[in-house]
Amino acid sequence: MADRLTLKDYFFESRLILNRSIVLLVFAGMLILVLFSRLFYLQVVSHEHYTTLSEDNRVKLQPIPPNRGLIFDRNGIILAENLPSYRLEITPEQIDDMGATLDALAKIIDIRETDRARFSKLLARKPAFEAIPLLFHLSDADVARFSVNRHRFPGVDITAGLARHYPHGELAVHALGYVGRIDEQALKTLDPSNYRGTTHVGKIGIEKTYEELLHGRVGLQHVETTAQGRVLRVLERSPPVSGRNLFLTLDARVQRATEAAFGDFAGSAVALDPDNGDIIAFVSLPTYDPNPFVNGIEFKAYEALQQNTREPLFNRALRGQYPPGSTIKPFIGLAGLEQGITGGHSKNYCPGYYTLPGNTRKYRDWKRTGHGTVNLHDSITQSCDVFFYDLALSLGIDNMNSYLRNFGFGRATGLDIVGELSGLLPSREWKRRRHDQAWFPGETIITGIGQGFFLTTPVQLAVATSALANGGRMLAPNIVYAEQAANTEVLIPHLPRPRETISISEQSHWDLVIGSMIDVVHGARGTARAIGKDSPYRIAGKTGTAQVFGLKEEEEYDADAIEEKLRDHALFIAFAPVDVPRIAVAVIVENGGSGGAVAAPIARKILDAFFEEPEA
Amino acid sequence: MSVAFASRHEDASRRGWQHRLHLDAQLLFSLIGLSALGLVVLYSAGGGDIELVERQLIRLGIAFASLFAVAQVPPRLLLRMTPWAFMVGVMFLVAVLIGGESSGGAQRWLNLYVVRFQPSEIMKLAVPMMVAWYLAESRLPPNRWRLLTAAVLIAVPMLMIAKQPDLGTALLIASSGFFVVFLAGLQWRLLGFFAVLVTAAAPAIWHFMHDYQRQRVITLLNPESDPLGSGYHIIQSKIAIGSGGLYGKGWMNGTQSQLDFLPERSTDFIFAVLGEEFGLLGILVLFTFYIFIVVRGIVISIQAQDTYTRLLAGSLSMTFCVYFIINTGMVTGLLPVVGLPLPMISYGGTSIVTLMAGFGILMSIQTHRKLLAA
Repeated sequence: MADRLTLKDYFFESRLILNRSIVLLVFAGMLILVLFSRLFYLQVVSHEHYTTLSEDNRVKLQPIPPNRGLIFDRNGIILAENLPSYRLEITPEQIDDMGATLDALAKIIDIRETDRARFSKLLARKPAFEAIPLLFHLSDADVARFSVNRHRFPGVDITAGLARHYPHGELAVHALGYVGRIDEQALKTLDPSNYRGTTHVGKIGIEKTYEELLHGRVGLQHVETTAQGRVLRVLERSPPVSGRNLFLTLDARVQRATEAAFGDFAGSAVALDPDNGDIIAFVSLPTYDPNPFVNGIEFKAYEALQQNTREPLFNRALRGQYPPGSTIKPFIGLAGLEQGITGGHSKNYCPGYYTLPGNTRKYRDWKRTGHGTVNLHDSITQSCDVFFYDLALSLGIDNMNSYLRNFGFGRATGLDIVGELSGLLPSREWKRRRHDQAWFPGETIITGIGQGFFLTTPVQLAVATSALANGGRMLAPNIVYAEQAANTEVLIPHLPRPRETISISEQSHWDLVIGSMIDVVHGARGTARAIGKDSPYRIAGKTGTAQVFGLKEEEEYDADAIEEKLRDHALFIAFAPVDVPRIAVAVIVENGGSGGAVAAPIARKILDAFFEEPEA
Repeated sequence: MSVAFASRHEDASRRGWQHRLHLDAQLLFSLIGLSALGLVVLYSAGGGDIELVERQLIRLGIAFASLFAVAQVPPRLLLRMTPWAFMVGVMFLVAVLIGGESSGGAQRWLNLYVVRFQPSEIMKLAVPMMVAWYLAESRLPPNRWRLLTAAVLIAVPMLMIAKQPDLGTALLIASSGFFVVFLAGLQWRLLGFFAVLVTAAAPAIWHFMHDYQRQRVITLLNPESDPLGSGYHIIQSKIAIGSGGLYGKGWMNGTQSQLDFLPERSTDFIFAVLGEEFGLLGILVLFTFYIFIVVRGIVISIQAQDTYTRLLAGSLSMTFCVYFIINTGMVTGLLPVVGLPLPMISYGGTSIVTLMAGFGILMSIQTHRKLLAA
């Protein structure tokens, strides 16, 4: 032992190191074996699992939004189309100095502050290789100006896409509606998978009602992407299914004529085919251009539309609720005949006012001097109020309510445009519920001339008129008569949707009422005789004047003295030709004054446009 | 093994050029083969960036030059330089801690105005040299005082490097020192005692770890706990390797690598690129190179003619082995991510120069032997 303390034993030491080296090698070998079994586990045992994971990593699904269906009028005139639209896009990774680039661009193309703000918001959110839109809807001039300067802007590009466009602008906007960018509210109601990649959705009107048909089915493509999502190539593609084209019952020519016929008046007109409920014209005025709404209307412009006292955004045809006024008289008259309260020959004396028994309050006729002795026919043609006061009182509110309900008053018509209001057909229960009050006879009386609580919408009035025209067949109005799958010729019709038929016990009752309505236009004393004189076809009609505010008993209505917005609404309902009615219209002219003088001529223009042979 | 022990059968003529140039053919050619394989994988990992490969080629050139230079230094001179090298290295480490430059949250660099380098790289060689020098002074196995001193010689630089923090290098240096002590005959009883001690000290080590280091350990145990954060590396590299299968997806065709899913794929995670594109077979080739190099190193150690060179050669070889085991272990999700490159393959770093200098030492040891009579 002692010598080993002092002497180095090289043989012993080399044996020691050799032994220890072998120990280390064995240990390292074991570790490598562990590593190798780990690799075997990863690459052989779990190979499939990791292959799946790596495919999931690599391949991403990308939506291809479908093209939105087009909208045509009944003659194939395009009302809503998809136009190529040019966007200015910037790919951030290709830009050295974003601020300088934007400033330089602003010298060529007008860039608004809001565009810049939206852009920088996106810039922070999107990966640098993804092109970010700066401007939408470049004008041709902008496109040209940029193209000339393109070499100065690497990383800035113009891309073409499709954008909804309404070529006729304001025409029929209240029927068509418009599309707008999908916002968070809309997202909640949409099928998220079908709307992946879709930027716009129908907001109102037909665009909204028929959203499902117009939108189509989203297509998908499998793309290979990098970890950052940059697309390298398309592996597989299932094309989108374009939205259906819609063919409307609307006649753009009649629609345009109707809108023009109103002049500067606000109001509404709805024209129907009484045979099948097809809507020929659907007008609410004033109107507005939907195109700015497609890509987000500027706040100022929107505010101006909203604050406009003439309410261009208000869909009067669908949601405007007006007292029907005297246009209700043919319906009340029919009810009176059916109930046997009045006959063709029973006459009443009209002194120009009416009083309830035991009451001194006078219900005035529009004609202060009175109509003298009149029967039902005279009362309709001359629009005698007193006759109908008495008839209403005899009928009672319950009878009137049930007859008028048959003609669709107080109920939504089921028109295929969303947002319809139902008007108001008053009843005892309604008043009890709404006002917690009993029904008074005076209210029955004024209901008989379409005043008081009674409210109707233009479309409702048009549907009721067409039921008069077709002998009692109630129809849900249709605005779409056919749809067409993209790239096909076949039109798939939308069938008329009949509602209940109104049964009238005797044909003579119809004949009497309709005969009276003919005489409103063509009779010597008819309130709308001015439009009947030179008419090449025979028209049945009824004028109406609805009070906007109540006159006191002794007050004189003086149109000139009252503010325009408090003037009476002028109404007219009509159908023609009387033998085989092809069109029924309801016209309401807000603050127009007299139905016969203002509303009837508009209706005549609508009918003229409809019957006019379209230029070949 | 018989091939590795072939020196007995070597004849002077076959050894001629190797002896003159002080190079070991087996080691040299396997290192060149490994580098070539590395460049092929790197080209793919860099997405076909030839410049990346060129830069790596230059670095490899410098590394092989340093191998050649170091190989010319006789072990006797190396022995004499050892304490000085160690002292200079410790001084540099102190300088780094005081005034080093930071990069990526760690203070590792020393700017000498001429060159900017990591002093910890010097210590990769200086620590095993120093411990071998010290233990070879007296007879083996070392007594307790020698062991204690050796422990201090290892612990001081290790702790200073761990403080930078550079856990991977600290670990390598500690193991290189440990291998010397183990080869020198560290008593099994003491080894067991240390093992118990380390286990007991684990909570304390946990306490002194940086947050990100703790996170790495947590990530190792459950990578899915943070799939997009710290677990992302491990998950993606496992997917890359696993989807590579037996034969791989083919060179330049690894989707994980080529489509950016695999992070740090030219550097620390390059092993996953190899695994994805060349499969288990490619890994087998790589492992064959590594194992051959380690075994060759151990053979050189065993054939060495004095204790100092035996200890040093054995330690350097085993450290190289630890190096690639840690990297592959971390890339395959067996070990925490400590940030060690795959030796000879990963892009960049001064470490490749140090590594080759280490092989230079091995070659010097092998080729400066006095030929004994057969």
